[in-house]
Amino acid sequence: MDDIFGVPLPLLFGQLLLGLINGAFYALLSLGLAVIFGLLNIINFTHGAQFMMGAFVAWMLLNWAGIGYFAALLIVPLLVGLTGVVIEKLMISRLYKLDHLYGLLLTFGLALIIEGLFRNYFGSSGLPYGIPPALSGATDLGFMFMPNYRGWVVIASVVVCLATWLVIEKTKLGAYLRAATERADLVQAFGVNVPRMITLTYGAGVGLAALAGVLAAPIYSVNPNMGSNFIITVFAVVVIGGMGSIGGSIVTGFGLGVVEGLTRVFYPEASATVIFVIMAIVLLVRPAGLFGRA
Amino acid sequence: MAGAQDLALPAGSGTVPTTLFGFSRAQAVAFVVLVAAIAVAPMFLYPIYLMKVMCFALFACAFNLLLGYVGLLSFGHAAYFGMGGYIGAHAAKVMGLSPELAIIAGGIVAAGLGAPFGWLAIRRAGIYFAMITLALAQMVFFFANQAPFTGGEDGIQQVPRGRLFGAISLAPDLAMYAVVAAVFLLGFLLVFRIVHSPFGQVLKAIRDNEPRAISLGYRVEHYKLLAFTLSAALSGVAGATKAIVFGIATLTDVHWSMSGEVVLMTLLGGMGTVFGPVAGALVIITMQNYLAPFGAWVTIIQGVIFVACVLAFRRGIVGELGRLLRVQL
Repeated sequence: MDDIFGVPLPLLFGQLLLGLINGAFYALLSLGLAVIFGLLNIINFTHGAQFMMGAFVAWMLLNWAGIGYFAALLIVPLLVGLTGVVIEKLMISRLYKLDHLYGLLLTFGLALIIEGLFRNYFGSSGLPYGIPPALSGATDLGFMFMPNYRGWVVIASVVVCLATWLVIEKTKLGAYLRAATERADLVQAFGVNVPRMITLTYGAGVGLAALAGVLAAPIYSVNPNMGSNFIITVFAVVVIGGMGSIGGSIVTGFGLGVVEGLTRVFYPEASATVIFVIMAIVLLVRPAGLFGRA
Repeated sequence: MAGAQDLALPAGSGTVPTTLFGFSRAQAVAFVVLVAAIAVAPMFLYPIYLMKVMCFALFACAFNLLLGYVGLLSFGHAAYFGMGGYIGAHAAKVMGLSPELAIIAGGIVAAGLGAPFGWLAIRRAGIYFAMITLALAQMVFFFANQAPFTGGEDGIQQVPRGRLFGAISLAPDLAMYAVVAAVFLLGFLLVFRIVHSPFGQVLKAIRDNEPRAISLGYRVEHYKLLAFTLSAALSGVAGATKAIVFGIATLTDVHWSMSGEVVLMTLLGGMGTVFGPVAGALVIITMQNYLAPFGAWVTIIQGVIFVACVLAFRRGIVGELGRLLRVQL
């Protein structure tokens, strides 16, 4: 029992773990996109750039201010989320009365600006961000050795996803949020400050992207293109899952990560495109997405 | 159809006599200026640069057919432009086809790619449509990166310009220039003709009020799909022409940033205007030429133009010009 279909087990488990890691980032990023989309009705194209900013700000905190990984997990989402608040206040809030496509175009332009600025100052070669000592090393799981940091990323991502889900589905704040998604005008009539809620929601979604960036920093090299490579796949994930439900985007994110990992084992040539092929099939069978409402 | 066209004109412009192709008088004047500029420009400016502008202008016109007249924002048009380029380069270099056949082949294959992609994408509208087209184009990018015939990172290099109809050598820049000008003007007139045909009127009806178009009995998905395929085909023609001019087809042209560039050209020039995409392509390519030494600043400035257009300049250059002159351009 050392192999399945001729594939050695360690290889299979290794790729499954890699798939779970990618899935963790798909889930975190599509979750942020879904939160933003729910209330603002825009697709945040800047999401990839904000993910990249998260990784860079963590790097800057470490190298310029000596602030380590665990503090960065808390500080970076706040800092980057704050830039999101500013962007929403200054620009995005002007577009709510227009076609939603303008929101997409604006955030695409912002993504170009942010990525260009980082490329100017840091080059495109990538910077190293070490794994924090507390999470280095590996654990013997009996059937494979798992690098501790990778296990941590999966666990942290699951916890953050569940926490977000709980906040939105089970708290009073979440109830306001869901109500405003349905009928913003009525919620406003009940005395809730909806514009402020929208601003903070955008900031929170951006914060989630930045948090994903900090988690990603020790795994991928910190470089200005890391976000745009990810975000297009995440868009496909979002189309597959449908934006209707928060839980749906979490499940789809992890699931597709695993599928991608398995493809890398059994048919490596297709690993880059498998998610897009799945997207095409889902569009044929369920155009609204697996968890979406038509 | 002239009646419907007059209705769309701003009040005060009176009765507009339609001329050849259904141009209004202002459009006819603008078109004559455009043709004259194309004829005279190579005496003053570098022909290669002008050819690049015309290739991208055709690309942007093809894109505008979809965004400006059906209201569908495709974020994956690089797939058709880039694939057209690969096919054109492959046909001219490996298969030894003459340039006009290579360009046509690029258009046909791009149409063949656009039809199934469009068929998938029009199942959703709005931002989903944009995300789906982007994801499908990314699939084409990965394919181009791996497929043997595209040459991966190297692309297809040293593509011969060949002989037009097997007789006229296109190696001299001015001969090539004449061909590119002919392709561009034909494509431009074709888009104009499509937009102002009964078919084009239905497209605009779909853009302005889709439920009403459906209730009037139009099979809107057929119209959308045909518009998408036509747009993809013309994008492929533009890509193939560019590949023949420069003798190279690379991954740059299938990358998502190229999809963004054509959106920017159309937005800046004025979406839904006939001449807007041409103006947008001219400005963006000129800017890229002059700012090339500054590297990443080109991307930053493009981003700034995007933001400025969306926030304060949604009519675009030609749209604003038309508003000032009270004509439809």
